Amino acid sequence: MSGSHRDCEPPYLYPDYRSTVRRAPAREPVRLPAEWFDELPGPVFGRVPVLQTDADLTRQHQGEPLGERIVVSGRVVDSDGRPVRHTLVEVWQANAAGRYVDPVDDHPAPLDPNFTGAGRCLTDGEGRYRFVTVKPGAYPWRNHENAWRPAHIHFSLFGPSLASRLVTQMYFPGDPLMPNDPILQSIPDQRGRDLLVAALDLELTEPEWALGYRWDITLRGRNATPREL
Amino acid sequence: MVATPRRASSKLSQDHVPTPSQTVGPFFGYALPFDADAGAASGAGALRIEGRLLDGDGKPVPDGMIEVWGGRQFARCSTDAEGAFHFAVTKPGTTRDDEAPHLEVTVFARGLLRHLATRLYFPDEEAANADDRTLNLVDPDRRHTLTAQLDGAVLHFDIRLQGELETVFFAL
Repeated sequence: MSGSHRDCEPPYLYPDYRSTVRRAPAREPVRLPAEWFDELPGPVFGRVPVLQTDADLTRQHQGEPLGERIVVSGRVVDSDGRPVRHTLVEVWQANAAGRYVDPVDDHPAPLDPNFTGAGRCLTDGEGRYRFVTVKPGAYPWRNHENAWRPAHIHFSLFGPSLASRLVTQMYFPGDPLMPNDPILQSIPDQRGRDLLVAALDLELTEPEWALGYRWDITLRGRNATPREL
Repeated sequence: MVATPRRASSKLSQDHVPTPSQTVGPFFGYALPFDADAGAASGAGALRIEGRLLDGDGKPVPDGMIEVWGGRQFARCSTDAEGAFHFAVTKPGTTRDDEAPHLEVTVFARGLLRHLATRLYFPDEEAANADDRTLNLVDPDRRHTLTAQLDGAVLHFDIRLQGELETVFFAL
């Protein structure tokens, strides 16, 4: 892996994101030989039934949620270019007002009785996934003076190996909060940051119903080497 | 669909930069499925594992998520206000002579821009642990951070993100 690829990953310690300061390990991680790495099979998350309706976050309650209805779809491949088939994709997000259902969230924006903001699906035989949801709102956090997170959707994916496990966030194109967000800006290389920004896609847009955003995801494949700290 | 060539070119793999990681954040608890008992196993042979996730000040991390994997068992547990997590698993077997039974442990939390990987080894496997090829790559003074402690009927395993007793993590 070239140096530029490494710069596409955030470091553990990034003091502008305050929570990293007492949580980032200080010591070098122990490196396993690359050939052992290939032998590590990944977890199989087989205990959660995935229903077709789990991929439509606008149909989990009696009524429809408020907000801008969107389709988020893309393809999951590994870093060798192969589709990652039938893998679990989990998403969670704030509602259109920027509020999470989570009891930990005390931002005084309204909850939406018609929106939970959690979904899951399996990729199809070509590695594709598709969710219907509403565009999440920005929300304040206490990291620094007047800190606001850009709109984002959290993603969790498994893939075939322990190395392919990924938890990340998808952002929306043109969001003016992105340059001020230390979580996104922790990624040193602009190309890495760009990989987290979806593209508006009129092919995915359903006319007179929902805007479409495309976001493709690359999981680490067999030929990827361990990341640096 | 046309099949993707298995080995197209080195250029292709260069083009597929892995999607960067971002923190799990603090607000996942309502959204991700957790077993009420964080159990991958129950009944005879099930071991109870309890531990705490601690930061560099030794304070509990109340918004972490731990996943364990081994012997075809997977379980996920969020940490509580005391940073505590627990699992019920059976001890996995091994397929190699130079590998001791262990669980792969993955740590997510607010403030972790990337997840962390560690391992849990079993205290009653002293001989196998001594021959384990992975443990043998670890500084002998730090190997104890990877071995659970037997505490009555419970295996105790704390994960320390920083500090003098920082847990050994593996490069992913």
